[in-house]
Formats: sequence, structure tokens, C-alpha cells
Amino acid sequence: MSSLIFPAVLSGLMMGAVYALVALGLTLIYGVLHIINFAHGSLLMLALYAVYFLWSYFGVDPYLAIPIVLPVFFVLGYCLQRGLITPMSNGSEQNILLITLAVSMIIENLALYFWTSNTRTADIAYAYDTVEILGAFLPLGRVIAFCAAIAVAPLLWCFMAYTRTGSAIRAVAIEKRGAELVGIDVNHTYAICFGMGTACVALAACLLLPTFYITPQVGYTFVLVAFTTVVLGGMGSLPGALIAGLLLGVIESLCGLFLGESLGQIGIFLAFILILLFKPSGLMGRAR
Amino acid sequence: MKSQSIGQLALAAAALCYLFGVYFASSPVWMGFTINALVIAVIAMSWNITGGFGGLSSFGHAALYGTGAYASAILQVKYGMNAWVGFGAGILAGAAMGAFIGALSFRYGLRGSYFALVTLAFAEVLRICASSFEFTGGGSGLQLTLAPGLANLQFADRTVVYTALLFVVAVVMGLTALIKYSRFGAYLIAVRENEDAARALGIDTYRIKVQAMAISGAFGGLAGVLYLQLWLFIDSNVVYGSAVSIEALIGPIIGGAGTVWGPLLGTLGLHLLGEGAKHLLPNAPGLNFVLYAIVLICALRFLPQGLVGLAGKIGAFTRKKEDDNA
Repeated sequence: MSSLIFPAVLSGLMMGAVYALVALGLTLIYGVLHIINFAHGSLLMLALYAVYFLWSYFGVDPYLAIPIVLPVFFVLGYCLQRGLITPMSNGSEQNILLITLAVSMIIENLALYFWTSNTRTADIAYAYDTVEILGAFLPLGRVIAFCAAIAVAPLLWCFMAYTRTGSAIRAVAIEKRGAELVGIDVNHTYAICFGMGTACVALAACLLLPTFYITPQVGYTFVLVAFTTVVLGGMGSLPGALIAGLLLGVIESLCGLFLGESLGQIGIFLAFILILLFKPSGLMGRAR
Repeated sequence: MKSQSIGQLALAAAALCYLFGVYFASSPVWMGFTINALVIAVIAMSWNITGGFGGLSSFGHAALYGTGAYASAILQVKYGMNAWVGFGAGILAGAAMGAFIGALSFRYGLRGSYFALVTLAFAEVLRICASSFEFTGGGSGLQLTLAPGLANLQFADRTVVYTALLFVVAVVMGLTALIKYSRFGAYLIAVRENEDAARALGIDTYRIKVQAMAISGAFGGLAGVLYLQLWLFIDSNVVYGSAVSIEALIGPIIGGAGTVWGPLLGTLGLHLLGEGAKHLLPNAPGLNFVLYAIVLICALRFLPQGLVGLAGKIGAFTRKKEDDNA
């Protein structure tokens, strides 16, 4: 058994990096808008289909699809926030929550209608080439996803810390009224943030597709894991999301190993409930 | 009942006309459809207690619904109990689950988005457990044997089923009205409006919220039991699935959260809309959910108090009490 633990931890880390990437988008949106975006998983599903169709109809390699899908989903996220969520919510937090839920219902059920519930996989030849790391064999696609996700977190952090847009986002997150007074366009900043969160999901889709399946419901599994990651990392904390994502990947992988495949995710949800109850501010979050 | 308007009375009358009109509809399709809608209306009424009166938006009411259904099914299938025992046990199990989730969440002061997430997680944990353990029938679910008779709460005649269901719905609505106009209801509404102020006035907000979750759980368990007795089959995705949680909250919000008639009106209206869409586009599964979502967004924007609130503005008897809906 112990010989299985190390490979399980490694493959958990690989999956965890993708969870972290999805959660980075979610935590970015939460940190600034203070809303939980229920549509996040559906947007991931939409992005997966976009990458899949680019690959199957036009032969675009999922990794080369990044420069196409990323801007498109940034714009989609921007428009969603500016065109739908802000005008329809009357500014109440609960309404925003419900509108993102409604958006996810619309996306998911339309996907079910147009693309049916069939499971699709992209058979990309090199994705399952194995790489040997310290005696464990891992699929190439997962290793690439891991490296990319690990690279994105510091990039995002630098963006927030050193650019003007980044400071505007932080200003709005801390004090909305004050930011407005010094001339920051709050609605624009919100929408930028939502766009960036959606772009993270699009990137995650490009990295996931080679080694994952797609169904219209695939977003649901990810969104719950992403919620857990965000809460565990501390709502709004980028480094927290990265660490929490990796940790949850390992938890899931180990639970899968010891309790059986179908119960793997239970570890995640139990962790979720325990964190929400005992430390809702998370690992790296500010005290509420 | 003092501040009702002509619009609200008309709305309630229209719902009653529809519910009794179903008896005279020649096609059994209408009755079957309305029976389904009424079961959902009961889970909507369950959500309304916490989400409507208490302002505690749960995104996981399936946890209560499923627990009620499973408790009753396990007692009947595995222990050979009578359906009436299962009926009571389902309600009790739902109440216990509600109190448990409430006690845990409120003990640690979860509010707003955090409460929404923790309820969602509970429903999901229960769903995975129910689909994994032998005890709950695993992935293949639990099947009740078909044996019509009063002892088994199974009736060959749909009219009897429908009448019984109408009776249950009336009881739940009556209890909701009792709660609304009781001291407990006033405390609960105070918690919704301003929890800190309510506590400052000496209300034990923790106890009130846990009690509300227990009542909501009892109604939710009841809805689950009704589903079980109607369909005689449950599995984890059907009763613990997220669709149940969504339907539980969407009806009351559209009908009017925190009102007695809101959940029933919202659920009936939505289901009529969904059914109509099904006839126009027969091969579109999930289309009704797209419609529900669009209606939900519009309701959030344009009808902050739901259908009941809208009707309240039509021909109000007393203009001063406009915000105090039925």
C-alpha cells in the first residue's frame, strides 16, 4: 500500500493544480465583488466545449487554443457582469448569488439541449504519454497542466500587485465608495475582474481537455471543489487558493485510494463542511 | 389577514379555481402534472420557512427532502414497516436533519453566502453517501412494492391521491400561516430583518434559527415522503440532486418569499410555464429549467416581493401597509 501512496499524492497534486486554477478565478471574483459565482462551473463546461469543438472541427491543438479561447472568455465574462449581473441584481448580495445560479441553469440546460448528455473525450495522441517523476508515472497532459497552473498564480499575483488595473481592483475590493471617489470606474473594474475570473476558467479548460472528459454536467463537480478551495484558501486570497487547490487534490486522491473511487470526493466535501464550520476565514484569509 | 388587497385575493382565487378545476379536467395528464407540482410546492414551502421568513437562503434543501424519502423507504423496504410509520419517520428524520444542519451552521455563526455553501455541501455529502452505501440501496436506489391500500398509502385512483395531496398542502399552508402570525414567526422575521438588533432585544436568535430549520426540515421530509409514496422509487440523484434544491428556492422567490401563498403560486406558475414549453418543443429536455432561470432573473429585477407582492399593489385596501404582504 505504501508504494501506492507516493504516486497517489503526485497525481493528486496534478489534479489539484487544475482545481487551483479554477479556484483562482473564483477567488478573484469573490475577493472583489464579494459574490459567490455559481456560474463558474458552467463557464468551465462552456470553455471545455469551445476547446473541444476547436479541436474536432478545426484541428486546433488544445494548447494552441489558449490565445483564442482566453480573450473570448474574458470578453464573455466582462459582458456577463456588466450586461446582466449588475443591472439585474438591484445591488443585493443574495440576488447576485441567485442570478449566477440562474445563468448556470441556462448555460447547462442549453448545453444539454444542443450537445446532448453524451460524454465526449478528445483523443489527443500525446496526452497520455507518460512522464516518470521520482519513480511515479504520470500522464504528460496532467504534468503540463500542473506546470501551467503553478505558473499562472504568481503571474496573477504580480498583476494585482504591480499594475494600475491591479491596484484599481484592490482599491475597489477594500473600499468601494472610496475607490469611486478617487475616480475609479467601479462597474468597469467589477467587470474586468469577472472577465479575468472567466479567463482563468478558459485556461483551465485548455489544460484539462487533453486528459479529461466533457459532459454538460462536468462543471458541477468542479464548481463544488472550487468553492471548497476558495473557502479553504481564504476567500479572496490568491496564494491561499493555490495551496488549497493542491491540498484538496491530494485529499481527493488519497480518499480515492483508501475509500474507493466513488467516495474520493467525499473527503473534499467533508473538508469543506469542517472548514466552513471551524475556520471560515480559511488558511490565508483575513479574519471576518 | 387585515392588509390583503383585491389583487392578492384574485390571485389566491385563481389558484383555488385551478386546483379544483383539475377534478373536472377530462385528461388524466393534468392531474398527474398537478400532483407533481404540488409535491414540489411542499418542498418550496419548506424552503420558505427558513429562506422566506428567516432570510436564511439554503441552497441544499435536497438534504431534507432526500433524508425524509430515504428514512421512510429504508424503514419500509429493509424493516418491513408500515407506510404510516414511514410517513411519520420521514418527517421526523427531515426535522432532525434540519436541526442538525442548522445547529452546526449557526453554532459557528455562518450567514449569507457561507450558509448557502454549507447547505449545498451537506446535500452533496448525503448524495454521495446514499449512492455509495449498501444500506441505502447504493447506485440502484430503493424500490417500494406496489400494493394499493390505505395501510400502504397507495391508491389506485388518482383522484384519491390528488385529494389527499391537496389536504396535505392545505395543512402545510395552514401551519405556515400559524407560524407567520405567531410570536415565533415575528422573532424569525426580526432575525431576517436585522439579526444583531433582534439579539439586542433579547431574542435567542440561535434557538429561533435552529427551530426554523427543524420546522423546515419536517416540511422538507414530508415532501420527500410524498415523492416516495407517489413514485415508489428513489435514488440518490433524484432525491438528493441539486435540481430539488433549485426547485425548492425558485418557486418561493418568484411567488413571494415570506408569504403564505407565494411558494404554491410560484411553483404552480412555473410548472404551468414549463409544461406549456414542453408541448411547444417536445424534444427539449431541460428547457423548463432554462425558462425557470429566465423568469427567476426577471423576478429578481422587477418583482422583489414576487407575484404576491405584485398582486398586493393591485387594489390595496390600505395604502399605508403596502409592504406587509399576505
